Amino acid sequence: MKNPARTRVRAAHPLPIRIMHWINVYAVSCMLFSGWEIYNASPDLPFTFPQWATLGGWLGGALAWHLSAMWLLVFNGAAYLLYGIYTGHFRRDLAVPSPRAILRDMGAALRFRLGHRIGHYNAVQRLFYVGVICILVVEVLTGLSIWKPVQLDALVSLFGGFPLARNIHLAMMLLIVGFIVVHLVLVAIVPKTLVSMFKTVPVDRQEAAND
Amino acid sequence: MIKFRQKPVITEDDIRRDVEKLGRRAFLRGSLSLGGLAMLTGCNLSTDSGADAALKSMLKFDDKIQSMLFDPERLAQTYPASAITDPFRFNAYYPDWQVRPVPDDWKLEVAGDVANKSSWTIDALRNMPQESQITRHICIEGWSQIGQWSGVPLHFFLRTIGADLRARYVKFICFDDYTTSIDMASALHPQTILALDFLEKPLTPEWGAPVRLRIPTKLGFKSAKHIRVIEVSNDYSGGYWEDQGYDWFAGV
Repeated sequence: MKNPARTRVRAAHPLPIRIMHWINVYAVSCMLFSGWEIYNASPDLPFTFPQWATLGGWLGGALAWHLSAMWLLVFNGAAYLLYGIYTGHFRRDLAVPSPRAILRDMGAALRFRLGHRIGHYNAVQRLFYVGVICILVVEVLTGLSIWKPVQLDALVSLFGGFPLARNIHLAMMLLIVGFIVVHLVLVAIVPKTLVSMFKTVPVDRQEAAND
Repeated sequence: MIKFRQKPVITEDDIRRDVEKLGRRAFLRGSLSLGGLAMLTGCNLSTDSGADAALKSMLKFDDKIQSMLFDPERLAQTYPASAITDPFRFNAYYPDWQVRPVPDDWKLEVAGDVANKSSWTIDALRNMPQESQITRHICIEGWSQIGQWSGVPLHFFLRTIGADLRARYVKFICFDDYTTSIDMASALHPQTILALDFLEKPLTPEWGAPVRLRIPTKLGFKSAKHIRVIEVSNDYSGGYWEDQGYDWFAGV
């Protein structure tokens, strides 16, 4: 699909996406580091997080951070979802790929043969980004469940009751950390993606052969 | 993750000793500086970032949202006797070996905007209507357990003593020096009780003898043990944990 008539260069990441991405980085960092301090108050798994990695200093301080940053996370996340739906970003860039495309790109990725073109998401990337968006939604919903288990009792029963909702909240946190690790490793392998998240970088002009 | 360990110049333990002497403001500031260490490497501990004031106003905002979310009709889930947590975990702001026995001259006093200020004995409280509940006790630390309490519904007690039900706060002062306060709407909730029994037996000292608050619509630290004075008032008075930075409304 060639479109030489297009005069304006499409940015790999439109400015609103870049702004929301970095707000999200800050909000998720606050939620993770303060969440680890909250977890440490009553650890359900056989480990605690080291003090240097936590935010808030003690349970009360961590909760103050957690219950403040949650507004930033939720409003920024809601703005992102609305933006993604109304501008067609989700439809155009994040359409859930077919299982065959996932297998193909996953195979290529594992053989280090998956090229990266700025502004285009391959099937593995789509799977990851759609996945982490869903995980963040579940994280927010389980968070609301354990914040207000009586007032939001319908939500908490959706997650199987207070203790289970809390465990799901914890499990989603671990998946988010896993996503961040993979995300950062891939950015380290292809550093130009980091540049494209700061300044306007045009999309790679060559279109995908297989998309 | 990269193996990288940052040695803070001041550890949490160093700070904790000092901040415990200070008030809630200093407590939050000390903790925020630690947060600064985690968030921005090289952040100077001596800098007052002003973020503590921002966090406190966010907690106040959260309290407003929480009181809006609070539905006076909505009941906390109740459970069958088989769901009761056994053994039940002891929790207080001190270890269990410091639990205080009931003073010989104990009486329940009432104060503030109430018509009848005479004090109450346990027998008088037992002669009032009793309400039993098996509900989940949720700690701010995240753990929770199911217990059984029974006693006098607080709304009945407040009406009996002629409390001004339009007052904003009900405060609890305990003989173990614990204090807390709740909003009137939560005090009048049908499941808010002055508990006299735990697991169908009169409260023993470790469970808050002779009378404790049991309020399943709030976090555990609101369910004050060993109550000595109940005060109805329009003046905000915080509480033991609230003054250190736990959010005041603490609804669930």
